[in-house]
Amino acid sequence: MRRSLAALIAVALVGAAGWLLTAPRLLPVEAFAGLVGDAERGRAVFWAGGCAACHAAEGATGTARLVLAGGKRLPSDFGTFVAPNISPDPEAGIGGWSLADFANAMLRGVSPEGAHYYPAFPYTSYARATPQDVADLFAFLATLPPDATPSQPHEVPFPFSIRRALGGWKLLFFRDDWVVAGPLSPEAERGRYLAEALGHCAECHTPRGPLGQLDRTRWLAGAPDPGGKGRVPNLTPAGLDWSEADLIGYFRTGFTPDFDSAGGLMAEVVQNLAELPEADLAALAAYLKAVPAVR
Amino acid sequence: MSNRIRFALALGLAGALAGGAVAQSAVEGAIKARKAQMTLFAFNLGPLGAMAKGEAPYDAAAASAAAGNLAKLASMNLAAYFPEGSARGQVEGTRALPAIWENGADVMAKVAALNEATAALSTAAGTDLASLQAALGPVGQACGACHQAYRAPE
Repeated sequence: MRRSLAALIAVALVGAAGWLLTAPRLLPVEAFAGLVGDAERGRAVFWAGGCAACHAAEGATGTARLVLAGGKRLPSDFGTFVAPNISPDPEAGIGGWSLADFANAMLRGVSPEGAHYYPAFPYTSYARATPQDVADLFAFLATLPPDATPSQPHEVPFPFSIRRALGGWKLLFFRDDWVVAGPLSPEAERGRYLAEALGHCAECHTPRGPLGQLDRTRWLAGAPDPGGKGRVPNLTPAGLDWSEADLIGYFRTGFTPDFDSAGGLMAEVVQNLAELPEADLAALAAYLKAVPAVR
Repeated sequence: MSNRIRFALALGLAGALAGGAVAQSAVEGAIKARKAQMTLFAFNLGPLGAMAKGEAPYDAAAASAAAGNLAKLASMNLAAYFPEGSARGQVEGTRALPAIWENGADVMAKVAALNEATAALSTAAGTDLASLQAALGPVGQACGACHQAYRAPE
């Protein structure tokens, strides 16, 4: 009897510890207190972050890519995620959010209601963004057209449907340090910020482990296409021998050195990159040259 | 079965086979032609890309000639390059998605965008290097827009 009571207490303690450990971790309240966002600077953060690639409606072109009604479907091994509405609509979108709400979403992967987001939303990369960039992006998003389309639920089956379990996933895999440690030139450091924090290149170009975590030992070394067909290419110097001029040309036009054009999801990324200043494209190219070669 | 009926059947079968073979080779020819068209685009983009990237010195005459060719290529009527039955899944050796034949209006809009971008490039290419560089981006975007929607990944 006494033994079973002890066992029960042990189970309860483990359960309580698990519950505490998986709790969402918010930013300190004062973290964003004095920050004022600049919408114009936020425009560059928006394109570097590739927000429209998932949050604009499927197939949107031109100015329709600034209507962030959501709805794009992202298939994965764990189910299909559906990008939510992040337009400034106060009901359907994020119009009712505070900057602290937005920062907790971007940097901690936690919703204003205190639930974990699935890392299909690449907060695992955005966590490296500067508070000022987050504030600027938030100011820019507020200038976009509101859209009342309600967000659709994710189609994620049990057990992945238990969001609390993502707290455990975050404990194991959520890190906001740089992957390419350096030392890097100032230009490559800027490229690292664009690639590892905002551009989240690794989310497609780095292979994943069994729980969907990025394999940091094979950073940008190519991965199976999450859509099921083909492979996402290896970008390390062992897989890509393009010159920096080739890379910059590709970022600006989508043309490979032999004038094939970017296909699939990358075509959309190139549309985003075309909005960035030339210096940022050169910085990205410098970073890719500094990434460790992985075959 | 009389010999005459047997003969007629054999003739009919041979005709059907031959007809199928003709259709098959027409499709193969069209696929070859559209790939050749893409090769011509790439060949003419070559000198422009090299100048834009600083790998070759800027040469206004050569740039104008190449960009003019691109505009002419883009203005060609490509309908016969895409006969019914030449999509990926129907024949080997093509990445052209069936959606091309389902979204005629959108395909034409994308072709029109390429025409516009190459026309602008053929004006800009002979002006100076900065104009060439600026006008090459929209051409790449126009190529990519169609490939993204209508070409299967490798």
